[in-house]
Amino acid sequence: MIEFKHVSVSFKQHKQIFEAVNDAHFKIEKGEIFGIAGSSGAGKSTLLRTINLLQTVSSGEILVDGENVTNYRRTQLRILRRNIGMIFQHFNLARNLTVYQNIAFVLKAAGKSKAETETRVKELLDLVNLSEKSNSYPANLSGGEKQRVAIARALANDAKILLCDEPTSALDLETTSSILSLLKDLNKKFGITIVIITHELDVIKSICTRCAVMNKGSVVEIGDVYDIFTKPREDFTRQLLSHTSHFNLPEQIIDKMQGPIIRLTFKGDNANNPILYYAANTFQIGFNILLGKVEYINDLPLGILYVQLIGETEPLKLAIEFLAANTADLEVINHGL
Amino acid sequence: MDFDLKAALILTFGQTMQMVISSLLAAIIIGGSIGLLLFLTSNTLFLKNRVINQIVGVIINITRSIPFLILLVLMIPVSKAIVHTSIGPNAVVIPLAVAAIAFFGRLSEASFSDVDNGVLEAAIASGASKLSIVLKILLPEALPSLIKNITVTAVSLIGFSAMAGTVGGGGIGDLAIRYGYQRYEPEVMFICVIVLVLLVQIFQVIGDSSAKKLDKSSK
Repeated sequence: MIEFKHVSVSFKQHKQIFEAVNDAHFKIEKGEIFGIAGSSGAGKSTLLRTINLLQTVSSGEILVDGENVTNYRRTQLRILRRNIGMIFQHFNLARNLTVYQNIAFVLKAAGKSKAETETRVKELLDLVNLSEKSNSYPANLSGGEKQRVAIARALANDAKILLCDEPTSALDLETTSSILSLLKDLNKKFGITIVIITHELDVIKSICTRCAVMNKGSVVEIGDVYDIFTKPREDFTRQLLSHTSHFNLPEQIIDKMQGPIIRLTFKGDNANNPILYYAANTFQIGFNILLGKVEYINDLPLGILYVQLIGETEPLKLAIEFLAANTADLEVINHGL
Repeated sequence: MDFDLKAALILTFGQTMQMVISSLLAAIIIGGSIGLLLFLTSNTLFLKNRVINQIVGVIINITRSIPFLILLVLMIPVSKAIVHTSIGPNAVVIPLAVAAIAFFGRLSEASFSDVDNGVLEAAIASGASKLSIVLKILLPEALPSLIKNITVTAVSLIGFSAMAGTVGGGGIGDLAIRYGYQRYEPEVMFICVIVLVLLVQIFQVIGDSSAKKLDKSSK
């Protein structure tokens, strides 16, 4: 659907050349929700804007639906942009236009008649659950409502692709999840390909199927969201993940505890087996769960447990071996052996 | 006393209005277009063009840096060429218009620049043509600020038009100087000043209230 072929973007800044995007080369499939993660200044936003040519590329090609759009100009470009909706962190609605006028603008600009525009705006407002706000001005809407209007506007001309530039970064948690579920619904209902850039990894975890991780202009890792979150290959990704998952045992507890403390990671199928119970039974040891959680990424479970093991040295060693073999990951936090 | 104050006031008030309104219209149409051009040639989303932007900018700056009294004199040959006279309100409209165009050109550029660039970017991303974005997004978004700046321009023009009296432009300012100052009739001066104050107040109130009415950016 969207293909980046060795795309680079560089800017001249104070007589120095700054590489905002460096050789991005990957594909976003039709109908998927694709996330691009990375800290600020990583080039995510620049990369996203190359898709609808808000940002021109310095080298490389952008293919949309198999067609090279890199050199589209004027009419061709405008038709391309009608098919690619875009939403923004700060919603970017015209403040002196009503909700209706904001959406109607893009329809009229695409040459729709007054009657067509009227029916379509109504349809769109129903879709985003804002029918009663048609004549309100953006200043009288909540953040979530503004983003819904922006989504309606982005999809007005039957866009097949929706680009989201930090769509939930200005919203509170509750509104974030309602916007994300709306995006998920739109993806399911209309098969719209969605590209989301965000620094919030939770957003990617909750709706994306695949994602790319960017650092300093380069795509460092790309793959299934579940794989990237459970088994990051790159140091940078691991670092990025550790900033967001505040799931660590406090130091003073580790120091106080007797015996080994281990951190177990369960993934997918093995998250459902009572491994710890087997180990305790087989090797005749005791265990004490200190901290634990299970979260779902793409509906697949990911479990993390901090466990203190109690028993003799030999059986403990065997138990740890057994657990390491039967879980996704085992890390010994404190030996105590 | 053969001097009829009421008749003189009505006549000079009409002259002042004629000078202010016609130069204000020129400022809105020509100055506004120049402001728009300055904005469009400075914004990468539209028609960024450093050369045009700088040339127009320098011309505006030069015009604005000439003191109005000197501009009045400098423009005499131009007025003669255009309206075939160098005295009276018709003649002073030319220097007034030139000053107002340059003044409002800069102010309207600022009004356009104040429009949230994100809103314009969203419109560009929707595939709308630049012309329709300018007409249906940029103008309505900038309108409250444009109206405030039109008010500022109008108020300065009232002041400038009084100055124009000194080169035979007529108007209330001229009346105040000729009768009030040169003929030692302080009450004429006083009445003239009151009329000018009221005029400025009226412009300000109309400008403020219409700007407020059109601005939907706050609850």
